[in-house]
Amino acid sequence: MNHFWIILIGALVGSSCSILGCFLVLRKMSMIGDAISHSVLPGIVIAFLISGSRESLVMMFGAAAIGLVTVFLIQMFQNSGVQADASIGVVFTALFAVGVVLISLYTRQVDLDLDCVLYGEIAYAPWDTLHIGGQSIGPKAVWGVGASFLLNILVIGLFYKQFKISTFDPALAASLGIPVVFFHYLLMSLVSISTVASFESVGAILVVGMIIVPAATAYLLTDKLSRMIIISIVLSIVSSLLGYYVAYLLDASIGGTMVAVTGVLFIVALFFSPKHGVLIKKWSRKKVLQQN
Amino acid sequence: MAFPLTVKNLTVAYQKKPVLEDISFRVPEGKLIGIIGPNGAGKSTLIKAILELIPSITGKVEIFGDSYKNTRKRVGYVPQRESVDWDFPTDALDVVMMGRYGHLGWFKRPDKKDKEYALECLDQVGMSKYVHRQISQLSGGQQQRVFLARALAQDAQLYFMDEPFVGVDAATEKAIIALLIKLKSQGKTVLVVHHDLNTVKEYFDWIMLLNVKLVGIGPTEELFTRDYLQKTYGGSLTMLDSNTSPIIVSPR
Repeated sequence: MNHFWIILIGALVGSSCSILGCFLVLRKMSMIGDAISHSVLPGIVIAFLISGSRESLVMMFGAAAIGLVTVFLIQMFQNSGVQADASIGVVFTALFAVGVVLISLYTRQVDLDLDCVLYGEIAYAPWDTLHIGGQSIGPKAVWGVGASFLLNILVIGLFYKQFKISTFDPALAASLGIPVVFFHYLLMSLVSISTVASFESVGAILVVGMIIVPAATAYLLTDKLSRMIIISIVLSIVSSLLGYYVAYLLDASIGGTMVAVTGVLFIVALFFSPKHGVLIKKWSRKKVLQQN
Repeated sequence: MAFPLTVKNLTVAYQKKPVLEDISFRVPEGKLIGIIGPNGAGKSTLIKAILELIPSITGKVEIFGDSYKNTRKRVGYVPQRESVDWDFPTDALDVVMMGRYGHLGWFKRPDKKDKEYALECLDQVGMSKYVHRQISQLSGGQQQRVFLARALAQDAQLYFMDEPFVGVDAATEKAIIALLIKLKSQGKTVLVVHHDLNTVKEYFDWIMLLNVKLVGIGPTEELFTRDYLQKTYGGSLTMLDSNTSPIIVSPR
């Protein structure tokens, strides 16, 4: 049963993150996803210190708030003349460092293991179960990550056309009266929430892989946004399955192997994609040369 | 009958330097208007300020006698082609469908009727062959036509187009101008940011001369003169006078 739970958690983390990743990749904001996933750390710690528990809801709000602060700060620095990549680098490392300091300061009060925050420990997730009336209803992580997955599906599903047009052509979107800035921050809130829901399983660092890599891979495989989202979800489910199997064989970190598999799938797509693959491009170039 | 567009005392500034200074004008219905002026004259900025895409310091804009908030559905916009990422995973039809979004409200999805409408718009710009072509596989001219079809799909009465003629082939240029004339004949008003002075006389019945301040707006034959152009472009304009019609060496 534990095998099933771990694979399910991995698949839910991947799906939840990669839906959002598709929009981040297309907005050329992959590094913002990276930034948010790190800078939510102080949010998690502060929420923990205030509430004194690891109950996910409080943490999600804390993290979502810090996630928005991150995006806001990055934007503000950029507007005041700092290079885009520099301002991302400054903001997320500074906030992440604050988080690390906070954890080390309050080690006694905070039941947060830094290793766990950074690398995650999906292997133990199945034992941390949720109970209703003394009855176990499955691991907490399944419910937390599942909820964030459903939230993403719901919000993106409801506002699909708004997200699409404000990603492709924000100027036209704004001229049509679509609140582009609102949807920008809505997307960032979802990224923050998904990150927090996922960090216990795969950790703050690897969650970036789940956000970006399946989406970037799907981008190579299709010419349609809706299909790109579906493919990225399928890829992250496959990565969870294969990753778990590899970890089982090698007795290695499960989160690590899952994200490593997404990387391998990306390389495969990069070379063998029927539409944008390196090989097909070479081959068609050769064909053109031969014809001439 | 209210004017399609009335602008009063519009001033826009990035940092401290004004990009547009105290612009006031009115546009009558059914005119094809070229906005011309040197680089940095604020041509694109004017359109963006009118559409509230960038904040203005002072000024009032009325569209059909009402605020833009209430008249969005009657306004169409063609941004500069380079302003979007053409590697976006979508096809020509899908881009044109985006023109319908303004009529759909918050939650409605485009339906069959919107699709038919979009197909018709693509047909009008001669793109029916490329309906399902991935947009990165289109030539520059074809991409511009897709943008125009999208503006048609907005089904507006007042259009703003930002440099639709830049980087397009001759066939597309002809197709665009035919379309503009058609829009005009339907009583629609079109403002076009334009660079090529050699074609101004041929294409537009009105022109607006802009260089941070408004130099003039009115019928082309009255304003497209040596004096006015000299005033707009300053020293950067070279003219070779050939008696009746001035041949212009484009200042770009």
